[in-house]
Amino acid sequence: MGVVDLLAGTVEFQPNWWEILQSNFMRTALIAGILVAIASGLIGYFVIVRGSMFASHALAHIGFPGATGAALVGLPVFTGLVAFTIGGALAIGFLGKKANEREIATGTVLAFATALGVLFASLASENTSTVTNILFGNLLAVPPQQLVIFAAFLVVLIAALLVIFRPLLFASIDPAVAEARGVPVKKLGVAFMILLALVVSMAVSVVGVLLIFALLVTPAAAALRFTVRPGWVIFWSSTIGVASVIVGLVISAMINLPPSFFIVSAVFAIWLASMAIKKERPVKQITGGHTSSVH
Amino acid sequence: MLELDNASAVRGSTTIWSEGTFTVPSASIVGVIGPNGSGKTTLLLMILGLLSTGTGSVTVLGREPERGNPRIGYVPQNYASIAGDSVRARDLVLLGLTGSRYGIGRTSAAEHARVDEVLDEVGATEFANRRMSQLSGGQQQRIAIAQAIVGNQELLLLDEPLANLDVRNQQEIVALLKRINEQRGIGILLVVHDLNPLLSVLNGAIYLLDGHPHYDSVDEIVSEDLLTHLYGTQIRVVRTAQGDLFTRNA
Repeated sequence: MGVVDLLAGTVEFQPNWWEILQSNFMRTALIAGILVAIASGLIGYFVIVRGSMFASHALAHIGFPGATGAALVGLPVFTGLVAFTIGGALAIGFLGKKANEREIATGTVLAFATALGVLFASLASENTSTVTNILFGNLLAVPPQQLVIFAAFLVVLIAALLVIFRPLLFASIDPAVAEARGVPVKKLGVAFMILLALVVSMAVSVVGVLLIFALLVTPAAAALRFTVRPGWVIFWSSTIGVASVIVGLVISAMINLPPSFFIVSAVFAIWLASMAIKKERPVKQITGGHTSSVH
Repeated sequence: MLELDNASAVRGSTTIWSEGTFTVPSASIVGVIGPNGSGKTTLLLMILGLLSTGTGSVTVLGREPERGNPRIGYVPQNYASIAGDSVRARDLVLLGLTGSRYGIGRTSAAEHARVDEVLDEVGATEFANRRMSQLSGGQQQRIAIAQAIVGNQELLLLDEPLANLDVRNQQEIVALLKRINEQRGIGILLVVHDLNPLLSVLNGAIYLLDGHPHYDSVDEIVSEDLLTHLYGTQIRVVRTAQGDLFTRNA
């Protein structure tokens, strides 16, 4: 039996995909996905500028035992996820300044958290699809009542970023100078980690713990290939995320498979295309910068 | 611009240096020299108000040091390594003006104009729209200086601004510092390892010797006995038509 036959057995084109897309659960998934993609785009630029890629990856893993633990004791998975990612955010945020030590501590906690997650998952073994959804995401499993929470998180994120945008950017790009200028670099770092935890919790429902990079980092990285203005990077990374979610859900409706793979593939394709774009090149190699204004 | 009265620098339980008593005249260009670990950067952090004075007193621009003093500009060490791929040079300079501001308010036209002016002043207009990572070391240093003076600062602190620059770029940065010192009347304090590239522009130097900071005008600093003591190796001062030069005696 060839691969094609094998695929034909599981993958089947749905002629009524347009109707599926208009169903209630698809609409919930679409709204949830768009909210999450916008939130990810908003925070993604800062994740890259701050070099917090590893922290965002780690937060998702730290959320894993929270989610499986909540399932074990009968709480909503999302509640456990939020509690653990915020706890992890505070811990990472307050960890030492030295990047090396912070990464080792973060990685160690990440490994332990993942192990704990596996333990909780095996204790609650009667529901393996829940674990799969946490690990790989499943937009179609988002309950409608969660949309309100997602929307509230997004509002909190937008409001917070509007207030701290400039000092956070200053502290992210140029911490030593920002500190000297009186910007509370450490407090902003903790605030950023908490906002990141909210977005990570949301993003887990779309792409899962293991694929979190695809929404939190990759769209912003692709956007940064063709623009470097902070506002535009945020706009384009949100747009890339939203487009990928829509494409992923449409394909998912067409062939009746969970959307995670298609969402991540769309992001991946956009990122690959962006890699073909040359960043604006230096016009010529100038050693000093002689211009007419130098007297 | 800087006055120390029996001041000491303490980090944790370690005294870095003590008994500093001197006055640096305003609007001068002053080098901070001393062997590694003698507390040069510590002095900068104290002036910035990031480290409190151990004993005695430090007066900066007529006041006690305070964190976030908008009258002081700062260019930290290894500036190039933190400047990334994700920011334009111009936006970095703008942050020097607006980076401490909370809230939604848009950047005003006057602020953009101010950034344009200072970019022109440091000779960076041509490459201001590039990413920091695409600039050479000398160009990045110009951007860092622009950011540090864009708010009309009265004192500019630079930590090893000439490190990792070739001779030509060193000369250009020194000439730039001299120019902004003359045109703006801004005081400049730079931590350096080698006084040679600066000898033509320095008014004096703070030197950290045997655990105590001292200040002297440049003529007194450039003495073979003092430099030999300071660096712990035989130094020879060579008088040339272009000025003094000191070299290590082989």
